[in-house]
Amino acid sequence: MKIMVWMTGWLVMTGVTYAELPRIVCLGGAVTETVWALGGADWVIGVDDSSTFPEDAGLLPRVGYYRMISAEGVLSLHPDLVLASEEAGPREALMQIERAGVRVERIRAEASVEGCLQRIHEVGVAIGRAEAAEALANEIGEAMAGLTVEEGRERRVMFVFAHGAGAMNVAGRDTAADRMIRLAGGRNAVTGYRGYRPLTSEAMVAADPEVILVTTGSLPAFGGGEAIWRVPGVQATSAYAERRVVAMDDLLLLGFGPRLPSAVMELQRLIGR
Amino acid sequence: MTQPETITMRFAKGSGRTGLGEGLGKRARSRQGWLVPVLIAGMLGSVVAGLMVGAVKISFTSVWGILAGEVGIPTEWSFTEREAVILLHLRMPRVLAGLFTGAALALGGVLMQALFRNPLADPGLIGVSSGAAMAAAVFMVLGGALPWLGVLPTLWALPAVAFGGAVAMTVVVIRIAGRMGETRVEHLLLAGIAMNALAGAVIGLLMVVADDAQLREVAFWSFGSLGRAGWPVTGVLAVTTLPVLVAAVFLHSWLNALLLGEREAAYLGVPVEGLKRGMLVLTCIAVGSAVSFTGLIGFVGLVVPHLVRLIAGPNHRGLVPASALLGGTLLTLADLLARTVVAPVELPIGLVTALLGAPFFLALLMRDKRGGGVE
Repeated sequence: MKIMVWMTGWLVMTGVTYAELPRIVCLGGAVTETVWALGGADWVIGVDDSSTFPEDAGLLPRVGYYRMISAEGVLSLHPDLVLASEEAGPREALMQIERAGVRVERIRAEASVEGCLQRIHEVGVAIGRAEAAEALANEIGEAMAGLTVEEGRERRVMFVFAHGAGAMNVAGRDTAADRMIRLAGGRNAVTGYRGYRPLTSEAMVAADPEVILVTTGSLPAFGGGEAIWRVPGVQATSAYAERRVVAMDDLLLLGFGPRLPSAVMELQRLIGR
Repeated sequence: MTQPETITMRFAKGSGRTGLGEGLGKRARSRQGWLVPVLIAGMLGSVVAGLMVGAVKISFTSVWGILAGEVGIPTEWSFTEREAVILLHLRMPRVLAGLFTGAALALGGVLMQALFRNPLADPGLIGVSSGAAMAAAVFMVLGGALPWLGVLPTLWALPAVAFGGAVAMTVVVIRIAGRMGETRVEHLLLAGIAMNALAGAVIGLLMVVADDAQLREVAFWSFGSLGRAGWPVTGVLAVTTLPVLVAAVFLHSWLNALLLGEREAAYLGVPVEGLKRGMLVLTCIAVGSAVSFTGLIGFVGLVVPHLVRLIAGPNHRGLVPASALLGGTLLTLADLLARTVVAPVELPIGLVTALLGAPFFLALLMRDKRGGGVE
């Protein structure tokens, strides 16, 4: 109820500060980033473990991994709105939160340009910043349209994700990494399957990536950036010949948040030439 | 097969061979009188503690105000609507689900230890847990590709599939073991071990094709959690656990007879074959339903009957109800820790029981080695 009153007030007279701010818990890194981009940073009182950007968000109380949240844990922060990515769960916990009188909004989770714009729109409506959301979505849409892919041969990029030493998965079709690689004008070196799979050394050689893409978050699991060359098979690839391994922040690369245009440009710069 | 045999011998010897329970440890028998009342008090204490403590601070008086208000006694103690919802719809069903789950796992332990005449037997031995785990993993990883699962209400689909897996796996194990005409426990044990290995392999295979999110889901499930428990879940657990408890209490003298050996039990007029089948079915119902809703929770089924035997001896007359009570109490307390230690995050309860249970179990074994005896 509080937030409804607040939102009405906000729509009527923009810019007035209120004594009582809404209290929002964000579940999902891209959702958190979107709230920040829409100027809702002061309202967020708790986030999940995947919300690592902006840095301020990471300093807030954490409610755990967003697919395994605890209803009472979230409620202990006394939120009036929970912005939950569609992938957040378990569903029972979200239902229990709703039952305790807290508004729960599910936000689309799709990792695509379309999904990113949709997410901004949904978050904007949920926190009463629909106009700001529209402006931001237009801005991102234009930036994406304005991105020019350099002429020339597409580079074969392989995205490798490490869970731990020896446990590596490679991105196939229909993954966030695959879409990012294509947006940045590269070509996914592995298209034989959908999703993430462990890849054999021989398949690695056969795919022959020219660039190996990893996330900074999984670098420690490899044992550092150089250690990736010791993974069997990697030394027979073109990427090794040129020592081309590039690392990007997990959330920036795979989150499809409001930083999408700069993420694509960054990836373009890293894999280009 | 020699290892279980020797343990069986020691186990049976310690229990005495004088009669159907009356002679099962004179020292221990005198303690049985007060054990159950003490355990009931402990259980009530754990329920009260479980209701009082949680990630959300609800004051002592508010809790009583809500509870009193719910049974129609108006009090001075004030509370908010949200506190009432948290207490009545989050904590209370969860605490009760913990009681039933713990009781079910401990009962499964008692029955399996009696069936195998081995104090190291665990309900997982006959494939109940691994069957549920395998079915749950199939559902989590391939569920999206199985459209016919859509007919189930979404919240019940996973437990239903897991329970189906538990029952199917147990039936397969019993069938394999029963090929020789009668269900021999050695065959049951071997069939169980083989099917557990097979289930482990299938889960491993699924983890290879799973994506990152599914992988984490399978991993979290295998650590167990009471986080999904609402009133409907608690109701189902009550309906599956309580009849098993009643049945096991009624069967106590037959269970005692079985401790002496199958042939001896048969001489005493126990329908051994039917009893064994019945014990398997009861274990499958209790443990299967518990595991299906909560995921894998280790050590309760193994350690709790052990603990009770340590205090009150191996007579099933006290062992059955005491194990159910103690199992429920310990799991409720373990869940209390899981909910609060790192709040607002929650620990998987299976981790808590394993972290506390494993050192405790080792201590028991070492005590045994020094000559103290398992009883």
